[in-house]
Amino acid sequence: MTDHHGDIDSVTGKSTTGHEWDGIKELNTPLPRWWVISFYLTIIWAIGYWIVYPAWPLISSNTTGLLGYSTRASLAVELANLEALRGEKMAALAAAPLADIQKDPALLALARAKGRTVFGDNCAPCHGSGGAGAKGFPNLNDDDWLWGGTLEQIMQTIQFGARSGHAKTHEGQMLAFGKDGVLKPDEIVTVANYVRSLSGLSTGKGFDAAKGEKIFAENCVACHGDGGKGNPEMGAPNLTDKIWLYGSDEATLIETISQGRAGVMPAWEGRLDSATLKAMAVYVHSLGGGK
Amino acid sequence: MNKTVNPNELTSDDDYGPLYAARKKVYPQSVHGTFRRIKWGLMAFCLGVYYFLPFVRWNRGLGAPSQAVLIDLPNSRFYFFFIELWPQEVYYFTGLLIVAAVALFLMNSVGGRIWCGYLCPQTVWTDLFYAVERLVEGDRRERMKKDKSSDPMKLERISEIVLKHSIWLMIAWWTGGAWVLYFNDAPTLVKELVTFQAPMIAYIWIAILTATTYVLAGFMREQVCTYMCPWPRIQAALTDEWALNVTYRYDRGEKRTSVKKAAELRALGEHVGDCVDCYQCVAVCPTGIDIRNGPQMECIQCGLCIDACDNVMTKIGRPKRLIGYDNDINIQRRQEGKAPVYRIIRPRTVVYSAIIAVIGGFMIYTLATRSLLDVNVLHDRNPVAVKLSDGSIRNAYTVRLLNKSGYDRLVAIDADGPANLTTHVVGIDSVTPDRPMIVIPRDSTSELRLLVTAPAESNPEKSIPVRFHVTDIGLGEVATTTDNFVAP
Repeated sequence: MTDHHGDIDSVTGKSTTGHEWDGIKELNTPLPRWWVISFYLTIIWAIGYWIVYPAWPLISSNTTGLLGYSTRASLAVELANLEALRGEKMAALAAAPLADIQKDPALLALARAKGRTVFGDNCAPCHGSGGAGAKGFPNLNDDDWLWGGTLEQIMQTIQFGARSGHAKTHEGQMLAFGKDGVLKPDEIVTVANYVRSLSGLSTGKGFDAAKGEKIFAENCVACHGDGGKGNPEMGAPNLTDKIWLYGSDEATLIETISQGRAGVMPAWEGRLDSATLKAMAVYVHSLGGGK
Repeated sequence: MNKTVNPNELTSDDDYGPLYAARKKVYPQSVHGTFRRIKWGLMAFCLGVYYFLPFVRWNRGLGAPSQAVLIDLPNSRFYFFFIELWPQEVYYFTGLLIVAAVALFLMNSVGGRIWCGYLCPQTVWTDLFYAVERLVEGDRRERMKKDKSSDPMKLERISEIVLKHSIWLMIAWWTGGAWVLYFNDAPTLVKELVTFQAPMIAYIWIAILTATTYVLAGFMREQVCTYMCPWPRIQAALTDEWALNVTYRYDRGEKRTSVKKAAELRALGEHVGDCVDCYQCVAVCPTGIDIRNGPQMECIQCGLCIDACDNVMTKIGRPKRLIGYDNDINIQRRQEGKAPVYRIIRPRTVVYSAIIAVIGGFMIYTLATRSLLDVNVLHDRNPVAVKLSDGSIRNAYTVRLLNKSGYDRLVAIDADGPANLTTHVVGIDSVTPDRPMIVIPRDSTSELRLLVTAPAESNPEKSIPVRFHVTDIGLGEVATTTDNFVAP
């Protein structure tokens, strides 16, 4: 600001701005020059920014700026860089045979880390975030495997699924003995109690073990094997152990025998690449140490 | 001689000046003497350490960095000669900061603002920049004359200014350059820097430190101490009546008279002070104050006024140290005709020293006895426990093993609890069925998945404590931690 009328304040000897309120005059104390210059520089900078970067919203789009910069494009570049960065390691994972992955600590760590994230995205909705499972959805941390618990068997189940409709999928299901009229209701109760006795669980009053054994031998052995030990080829569970996919109480067993069971595991082949599938198999295998 | 002087008479007369005063540029004059020599020495030492420490080598064996002092951010390691710190040991830095703070208090209670006057980076670099300025543009009078001169810029003057700023910028640039060397292998980084192969972040940091050094030491100078630094305001609360501060001994100096008049009056047997009002103490002061106004916040206590005054006292044949390290108690005592007393060992200094000794001792003890093998265990939460087909119960843990030593270790992992537990590490073929053994590479961590199983006959009914032992098979060193084993 310039001096107005050469008005000098008598007390301080400084010039005033010429503004006066109720007899009080304002001293002319300008902002420091460096501050003013910085302020003008920020204005110049802002104008440059408008021109160079996307800035002004238009009716249906926005000004794109001279640089053609866009955050979406830069994100795409960063993601591509990330893929390239991971490419080598994932290629090593894709190339290594399943058994070798577990023997190499670095590959194992990579597979487990990758597997954990992929599991969370794809498997957790059914099997739970830690693979603990639920009724009808197997717990992947224990040592009971419907379709086998070796690395290769787990890999196969993940790839092709069970009853998934894939050409190579696992087939076989629990038949509906009651609904289809194969067994009468009292036979179902008897065989349900017999199955409970196989794994040492208590049986109901008036249970006829010999009759149960007979019904079991005629109807169930084909899949569950002699003594009910199960058959991973058909996904037939072992009925003598302590682990029950749908529950071991009498009512549940009666429901299982009369209605049948046919849970579906989707096939992941084609949806995930081979390195990711391997990582997932290794991760699932490591959850409970596999078999 | 012992006439009492009222310190209130010595207050500055610009106490009633304007609320805002523009900065008056300070033109410190060169001076020779004891304290100037101490300052040169400390400056050379501090700058020498700062600029050259990254080049000091330290052999840590193959694969480990051979730099004595290195902050290795990508690998999260800090190396200081024989000490190697991991991220979880940053509390050593906390200890170091406490020791540094108390050391500052101790300095303060013994000799005032020794830090400000001699060791503070702001003082050291400003002093260096002043030395350059003096070398290029001449001493106080010349510089004042050149700045006041209204002549049009002559080539000679322009070249002087360009030369001064070039040297300043070179020092500032070297300061920034030395800074980044602490974060990477120094010789390699120097090579990369000059061939423009260094990472961008290195250039950015050099630019930042060049700019701050240039601006703070070249332009802001004493303003940093007066307006930006909190220490002058804090230290007033930490000092006490026994602390030795740079003091004008007004009992000896007042009344001020000229040399000639003083001689005449002394000949008549009248009382005169030793101060001859030559303003040498003001001329040499890097913060531009008059020490004769008593202790003041702007005084960084560099002692240059002591040298300036001593030189004058020697010239006019009066005893030295009219300005010296002293305190008000002794000025009072001298005025009362008593001998001055200097007490360095006081409760305050003893307590500060004790704190430093205790914390320092504790740090050295823990550093010397810390374990180079460590184990952390995290229990799986989802699921917390799994029932197996034969009825046994299994818990899974994430185990993190730390090998802080410079050699690979073969370790065995055991889990002890009230139940008969067996352990298995995923992906590791156990040497013996119940005792997995693995190799942890030197200077690294390994994360494992550990499965602990309690057989059906010893199934715990509730949560039981479990101790994990990690035993170095070769050295017998054991790291232990505890967790719980849970039943479903």
